[in-house]
Amino acid sequence: MALVLDSPEINRALKRIAHEIIERNKGIENVVLIGIPTRGALLSARLAKILAELEGSSIEHGTLDTTMYRDDLRGSAPRSLGRTEIPAGGIHDREVVLVDDVLFSGRTIRAALDALAEHGRPRSVQLAVLIDRGHRELPIRADFVGKNVPTNRAERVSVRLLEIDGNDEVRIEGRA
Amino acid sequence: MISHLLSISDLSKDEALNILDTAEELARVTETPVKKLPTLRGRTIVNLFFEDSTRTRISFEAAAKRLSADVINFSAKGSSLSKGESLKDTALTLQAMGADGVVIRHPASGAAARLASQKWMTGAVINAGDGTHEHPTQALLDAFTIRQHLKNSSGDLSDLSIAIVGDVLHSRVARSNVLLLSKLGAHVTLIAPPTLLPVAVNSWGVEVKYDFDENLDEYDVVMMLRVQRERMDEAFFPSEREYSRRFGLNGDRLSRLSEKSLVMHPGPMNRGLEISADSADSRKSVIVDQVKNGVSVRMATLYLLLGGN
Amino acid sequence: MKLVIKNVVDSAGKKIEIACDNGRIVDTKQVTNDFNVYDGKGLTIIPGLVDLHTHLREPGKEDAETVLTGSRAAVAGGFTAISAMPNTNPVADTAGVVEQVHRLGQVHGLCDVFPIGAVTVGQQGKSLSEMGAMNSSEAKVRIFSDDGHCVSDSLVMRRALEYVKGFDGVIAQHAQDPRLTAGSQMNEGAVSAQLGLKGWPAAAEESIIARDILLSEHVGSRLHICHLTTAGGVELVRWAKKRGVQVTAEVTPHHLLLTDETARSYDPIFKVNPPLRTERDVQALREGLADGTIDIIATDHAPHPAEDKECEWAAAAFGMIGLETALSISYLAMVQSGLISFSTLVEKLTTNPAKIARYEGHGSLATGNWANFALVDLAHNWRVEATSIRSKSKNSPFLDRELPAVVVSTFFRGTEVYSR
Repeated sequence: MALVLDSPEINRALKRIAHEIIERNKGIENVVLIGIPTRGALLSARLAKILAELEGSSIEHGTLDTTMYRDDLRGSAPRSLGRTEIPAGGIHDREVVLVDDVLFSGRTIRAALDALAEHGRPRSVQLAVLIDRGHRELPIRADFVGKNVPTNRAERVSVRLLEIDGNDEVRIEGRA
Repeated sequence: MISHLLSISDLSKDEALNILDTAEELARVTETPVKKLPTLRGRTIVNLFFEDSTRTRISFEAAAKRLSADVINFSAKGSSLSKGESLKDTALTLQAMGADGVVIRHPASGAAARLASQKWMTGAVINAGDGTHEHPTQALLDAFTIRQHLKNSSGDLSDLSIAIVGDVLHSRVARSNVLLLSKLGAHVTLIAPPTLLPVAVNSWGVEVKYDFDENLDEYDVVMMLRVQRERMDEAFFPSEREYSRRFGLNGDRLSRLSEKSLVMHPGPMNRGLEISADSADSRKSVIVDQVKNGVSVRMATLYLLLGGN
Repeated sequence: MKLVIKNVVDSAGKKIEIACDNGRIVDTKQVTNDFNVYDGKGLTIIPGLVDLHTHLREPGKEDAETVLTGSRAAVAGGFTAISAMPNTNPVADTAGVVEQVHRLGQVHGLCDVFPIGAVTVGQQGKSLSEMGAMNSSEAKVRIFSDDGHCVSDSLVMRRALEYVKGFDGVIAQHAQDPRLTAGSQMNEGAVSAQLGLKGWPAAAEESIIARDILLSEHVGSRLHICHLTTAGGVELVRWAKKRGVQVTAEVTPHHLLLTDETARSYDPIFKVNPPLRTERDVQALREGLADGTIDIIATDHAPHPAEDKECEWAAAAFGMIGLETALSISYLAMVQSGLISFSTLVEKLTTNPAKIARYEGHGSLATGNWANFALVDLAHNWRVEATSIRSKSKNSPFLDRELPAVVVSTFFRGTEVYSR
């Protein structure tokens, strides 16, 4: 199991992404972070904290479960649902940054865009991911990437986060 | 996950909790402006009702529609039931129509199981009440409602004391609830005249009492069952008045219930017989919540049975 | 037809030769060169089985069974005499109907079909049918029963018991208190409580058995209890026999093997009247059969067309076919379990029923009897398959089961009427 990112590297990647978000949106005034459960939501909470420290002002963040919007439910066991919590300010006319741990086929993000649309019409939707492992099946790309990791399809990218897994690290499993 | 929901005994404790947890998330979503999820788009669900039950049918219909399924209501009441051909022929029709899921209400115990076990059709079968056997989604929504009020909407029902009062013998709601509430760790007490309990009720692993008044303040939940007036004619009890006095939830008994206890009823109620109007409308009563929660629980059931596979 | 069966053993395992001539069993000393020889190497010869409880459905419900198809099923199961229950349409409550059924059996010539007459007109339980006329008819009816219904009126039952004494008849009672079993679907107990199917209490059967034993004792008549199913019923018959009451009792093969647990499938193939009971009852029935309390095994062969079983439990018909599996199921339940010997089992399936019904020339391989017998392979198993069932109906709970004891060949009056 090859180590891709260790704990300090994850922190550095998130900080860099935070800087890029500020730069891209010229501050965080109109930005709202929406994390995709489970680990995307945790990363989004961390990003919110970093952004708040950098800018000296708070930033709204929430979660959005995409399960019920997926187009690949059939053929596998039903998934448990994650929590959806849209911040009080809503998403209408805001710069929404979706946050997820790994970008792979792009199907989760497609589902997230559909789910998001049910809650309002953002001014823009941007995407931040910790790992982009390639193999897109849809025309979707990330705006902010912690690390690009070339993989083959058979491999599994395992993201562990302190909050629920006990430590911070990203590994690739199944690599010969 | 199981492929049909025919009886609570089909579910493990974890599977039952998964349905409740899923329903919890769906309830939260449907409280937002989002009323409709695309999950079951392109799927066909048939409400196959051989018995009138507007409330159950509407609840399943709302659940299916909120998941974007196509819903077909098939009221088979009035078709010949003297022979069972109609069940088979109906199933063959449903198969031809490509039903992915069938919600069946039927006056014969085991009808849902028959539909699921025969090779007549391939869709998932959800038992919406079969004779005097079971009504699993009713028990799930009851457990959901109890958990919402007494367990902060999470975990199981351990340490709760729940009384089910009335015509247990003929009640599919009671059978499903005995199985589910026990599975979730609650202490269940059945209260009824002996004529309205199965003779082998001691095999159910629950407490049985003939006296409603004994330790009335110890119940966290009092679930009243509907009493059908024709049972009196079949000599299950001497008169409505005697039944109501001994086993009805009246104002006096209501006042003796503990502070935080809940009053439940699966509906439709016979006000004045098994439950007095002031009990049904009291602040302890969560009867309206039961109806509301029915939709979320049925959405969860439909999603878990049809969402995958 | 002159025939000699060689190289076979009898039910006790003793080497034996059986010769027949002109439809009767003759002394082997009479065998001459012109006798055909049947080499039955490896097979066991048993007297043709006698069933006292068969539903042939003709007249009235020929889509389920006819005298012909029922006879074919009978000989495939090793039976050479069957007793047709009167719950046909019209009910066999007159000499005309019983003679018709009897004649059909003779015309087909596969086995003897002995009609059972109804006790009461239309099996309504009110007024006695003309049992005397049925007895003196060509059909020579000796057993009377309202099977499917119970003669529940105590006075009518008393009169019936008394009346048939006049011609050595016997009343075969289907013991079921109708009030206690209105709408009942299965044995009342833990399983029915869980399944929500209306219970059928053992007491509904036992109370009638107890009453009829007392009536039989009082009037000194012969009483036969159909299909015992409960431990309590066995206990009552045991008690009655100890008191010297002229009571005999039967049990079906399915009640010796199956319990009410089978209802959990909600498959009405297991719906039968009287219902399948508990494991405790099955054990008591086996013990009762072994110690002689229960005299005979009878099939209660009850054919129903597919549509009467392909439905919800409550809408389905009661009953299962049994002629073709009776020997195998009984063998499995009683002999393979070590409770009785094969020769005792054969007595329960032919000798004893022939005695109760007074079927002359049946029930043993004694010289002078009808040359009715079956050749059985006890060393091999067979598989019950819907396609090979002879009965017109396929409602067997043993479909696709592998069973012991294969009926290889059946002879009726010296002619081979079935060969596997």
